[in-house]
Amino acid sequence: MNNIENLYRQVIMDHYKNPRNKGLKGYPHVHIKNPSCGDDITVEAKIENDVIVEINHQGVGCSICCSSASVLSELLKGKTVVEAKALIKKYFQMIKGEAIVDEEELEEALAYEGVSKFPARIKCATIAWKALERVINGDVDEE
Amino acid sequence: MIDVKKIKEMFPIYKENPQLTYLDSCATSLKPQRVIDKMNEYYTHYGVNIHRGVYQLSYKASDEYDIARNKVAKFIRAEFEEVIFTRNASEALNLVALIYGERYLQEGDVVITSELEHHSSVLPWMKLCERKKAELKYIPLDEEGRITVSAFKKILSEKVKVVALTYVSNVMGYITPIEEIIKLAHQYQAIVVVDAAQAVMHLNIDVKKIDADFLAFSGHKMLGPTGIGVLYGKKKMLQKLEPLLYGGDMNEEVNLGSVTVKEIPYRFETGTPAIAEVIGLGEAIDILESIGIETIHEYTMAIKNYALKGLLALEGITVYNPTAETAIISFNIDGIHPHDAATIYDNADIALRAGHHCAQLITKWLKTNGTLRGSFSIYNDYQDADKLIKITKEAVLFFRKFAGENNE
Repeated sequence: MNNIENLYRQVIMDHYKNPRNKGLKGYPHVHIKNPSCGDDITVEAKIENDVIVEINHQGVGCSICCSSASVLSELLKGKTVVEAKALIKKYFQMIKGEAIVDEEELEEALAYEGVSKFPARIKCATIAWKALERVINGDVDEE
Repeated sequence: MIDVKKIKEMFPIYKENPQLTYLDSCATSLKPQRVIDKMNEYYTHYGVNIHRGVYQLSYKASDEYDIARNKVAKFIRAEFEEVIFTRNASEALNLVALIYGERYLQEGDVVITSELEHHSSVLPWMKLCERKKAELKYIPLDEEGRITVSAFKKILSEKVKVVALTYVSNVMGYITPIEEIIKLAHQYQAIVVVDAAQAVMHLNIDVKKIDADFLAFSGHKMLGPTGIGVLYGKKKMLQKLEPLLYGGDMNEEVNLGSVTVKEIPYRFETGTPAIAEVIGLGEAIDILESIGIETIHEYTMAIKNYALKGLLALEGITVYNPTAETAIISFNIDGIHPHDAATIYDNADIALRAGHHCAQLITKWLKTNGTLRGSFSIYNDYQDADKLIKITKEAVLFFRKFAGENNE
């Protein structure tokens, strides 16, 4: 179960059971659904002067999907849009199994490194991040 | 009885993946070397178009193509001209809605279906009912999630024009009492469309005996290639229906302002068909018949029952269909999302399906966000069942530990 233990790190279960920043407040948001597995996540962000001051999320899905929304909401809060974009890119590289520099910048999101060994779970680990990426690019859902 | 060692040798995927425990045959079956070889034989030795060529190779290709259609017809006790080739069962079921439903369904009519359906069986009728202002009614399932004759009777009326039902549920594995339902439907002049995609490898299908009006299945779920499906239609029914698609091969005479169409089944098949796939499907049927559908059913049920017994003895799992009469087990590890669980199986080289299995209505009926589904076929053995039980036990413990650590 080595790969499995590497995938399901404690930080993942912690955020799954006790999600941070859960519940939407009405900021610009993006909703993404993966119909094949039922992951269904909405991520919203409040951005002021190019700084992400708040990120919230809401949804249902597997532990990888739900916990990653919680982790990103803590990691990217307070970052500038430029910093956030760089971290999102770095996270996607890590998930794909590519080498990254300054990996410690990903903080708790580093726990998802093991996902690269399970291609079937990449979607789960990236769905919330893709939603946030769209929010900060201004490609948000209409009300 | 089945010599599973010999059967496994027929499937080259096991040479590449000797550790594989394949429990996803409901999604698609593995492919025997003989089917692959038969398709290669067409491409290598007579890989030309059918019907149109006035030369020997084309005759050979046409011949093999017709032989395969004949095999399909005999396999379901139909006649040659009652077998229409489509891309898959989904396309076949859509075709019925479009060539029959579009023409005969009217405002206020009723179409009966069920929550056990695969999306392909219900959605074409849902959308058609929307367009026609007809009503889609669902047979209330019993407490086990089964379609019963008595529940069907209760919603049957003069208004019912079409009944679209699955023969075997792809999530619950239940066999629908289709023969009785068809008999009742016919008393009200309703036609019945049967989704036989899951039934085709496990039940002897006799379209005349059950008196189905239409029946659909896919080649790839019965040892055949992907990209080939079958729509059976009663001869008298097909003869009065018009094609959906026009083009090459399906017409008889073309004038500046008119066209006459060919006899059935050709009028429903325009363009160059999936020739290699049709021929490959014929080979798959030969294999199934040489083993025997009843033998397949008995064998797969024996392994399933063995696996089921092992799973039911474990704590911390829920089996949704312990009484199923086909080789499908739908279950969950309590409190664990099926996709999280599936990864544990994947890591142990067990391929099983997790999610709603293209049948969201029944997962909603079960009040779950999805299930794990293990399905058994002729190439599975008791070791596969043992492995399923063992890994399930480990998965329960793993997630218990995983969740528990966090609470400390």
